Amino acid sequence: MVQSETVDSAPKIEKPVILEFDHIGLAYQVDGSPRRIIDDISLNIAEGEFVSFVGPSGCGKTSILRMVSGLSPAPLGEIRVRGNKITQPLKNIGIAFQNPVLMPWRNTLDNVMLPLEVVEPYKQEIRNASRKAIHTRAAEELLATVGLKDFAKQYPWQLSGGMRQRASLCRALIHKPEILLLDEPFGALDAFTREEMWVMLQELWMHNRCTCILITHDLREAVFLSDTVYVMGPRPSSIVYKVDVNLPRPSTSDLLLSDEFNHVVADLRRHIHRN
Amino acid sequence: MDTLDRLEKFSRTKAASIVFPTVATVLLFVVWEIVVQVLKIPAYNLPAPSAIWQSTIAQSQALWENSMQTLLTTLAGFVLAIAAGVILGFMIGYSRLAYIVLYPLLVGFNTIPKVALVPLFALWFGVGTVPAILTAFLLAFFPIAVNVALGLDTVEPEMKDVMRSLGASQFEIFQKIGFPHVMPYIFASLKVAISLAFVGAVISETVASNKGIGYLIVTASSNFDVPLGFAGLMVLAIMGTALYGFFAAAEKYLIYWAR
Ligand SMILES: Nc1ncnc2c1ncn2[C@@H]1O[C@H](COP(=O)(O)OP(=O)(O)OP(=O)(O)O)[C@@H](O)[C@H]1O
Ligand SMILES: [Mg+2]
Repeated sequence: MVQSETVDSAPKIEKPVILEFDHIGLAYQVDGSPRRIIDDISLNIAEGEFVSFVGPSGCGKTSILRMVSGLSPAPLGEIRVRGNKITQPLKNIGIAFQNPVLMPWRNTLDNVMLPLEVVEPYKQEIRNASRKAIHTRAAEELLATVGLKDFAKQYPWQLSGGMRQRASLCRALIHKPEILLLDEPFGALDAFTREEMWVMLQELWMHNRCTCILITHDLREAVFLSDTVYVMGPRPSSIVYKVDVNLPRPSTSDLLLSDEFNHVVADLRRHIHRN
Repeated sequence: MDTLDRLEKFSRTKAASIVFPTVATVLLFVVWEIVVQVLKIPAYNLPAPSAIWQSTIAQSQALWENSMQTLLTTLAGFVLAIAAGVILGFMIGYSRLAYIVLYPLLVGFNTIPKVALVPLFALWFGVGTVPAILTAFLLAFFPIAVNVALGLDTVEPEMKDVMRSLGASQFEIFQKIGFPHVMPYIFASLKVAISLAFVGAVISETVASNKGIGYLIVTASSNFDVPLGFAGLMVLAIMGTALYGFFAAAEKYLIYWAR
């Protein structure tokens, strides 16, 4: 594995490991013969770290997210969370799926508040009307930060694709999960809104200090937000490159124009190969 | 051309959905009345709307009592059909085993013309209310069961994933996803089922009953009281439309989110 030439002075090395990928692999049976999707990936993710995976379409990024979430545990090798092998869906994680899957019978606000009805301690708390009002206000504020203030009472079919994605991001964040999994959360947004969302997400992340795994096609997005960027190769994929980003935090949109930033992006770009 | 355009525009307004059907109904009766009067068709062949109306007034007591009987048997059969249909639908929708065992049986049973069963019911339970309720029930429960099963089967797996990743229990997944998802399917089937229950009740009354609008129509025509027979038909049309309209309105009100 190649390291980019950054000075490692950050204390993040000392943070305890929360997720361990131990030789994970994935293969599907296609027309009777096995097709290998993921070859062999081993890596560690520290508590509070922001990690991105980039790679060509179809290389298995969504699959990795499904393995980490425990929705489809790793068939080969294992992923451990705090030393425990993941065999069933993890609790207290937040996921924004590649398509937003909002519930059509709930308005935006109720969609965002869904996790509070299921996850403890919120589940108990929102039984109490005054506590619920506090959480409702928090949800409304969260919606406001992604620019959906005026759409809280709207139903999903009244929102645009990008708005639905932003609502789904809020749903992943509302219960302050300790692990946040984001699958191309800004794919449907225009460049400007997207950059606003980066700043917003970074603020939230620096505030909550959750561990975050981001999947993206946008190298600038990965560099802007992450501590570490992993580049996956073409199928059967493995990690072909790793970059430790050491840019000043909190990053502002000015950073996007700096040479430093564009250097890292260009370096990453050279290591992406299609199938 | 201009008036046509304006009519086209008006037809998209809300008022049009009341105005047009009313105008069409009134027009139908007016044409009917004129045709009967001009061609001097005798009342025992085709009574004019005015004659039907007179008969309705004269026999209002009998019409009322019999229509209440029909309404009651329809609703009784319908309620049974909802209970059985929902339970069966859930079994088929959630259990692969129940699906394999029960579905072919259900389909086979549904292809039997139910009117053929009425004489048997009369034999077992006697002529009257019970066969009518049973026939209404048998006609109505199939679409409910099928739609509930279909609804449960079409829940998006990704929506379940959202719930599973929050650590939701099976019951919570049903409560927050399965149940609301199935509601539109249930209501769509209720509209069909209530009409079928009504048809079932009336069929049974014409074959094996001494009460109900179906029975009234059969007796009226055997007495050559054709205007009364038509009055019975009118009552049936009004009741059927009202029952359908009730469930269509309930659907619109409760499933407001489905566009
Ligand atoms: N159920 C399945 N059966 C067979 N192959 C599958 C199945 N699910 C996924 N795959 C294959 O696994 C590979 C990885 O899929 P995955 O969704 O993880 O890709 P991805 O990296 O997220 O791509 P994208 O960037 O386009 O979202 C794909 O090539 C796909 O064909
Ligand atoms: Mg994907």
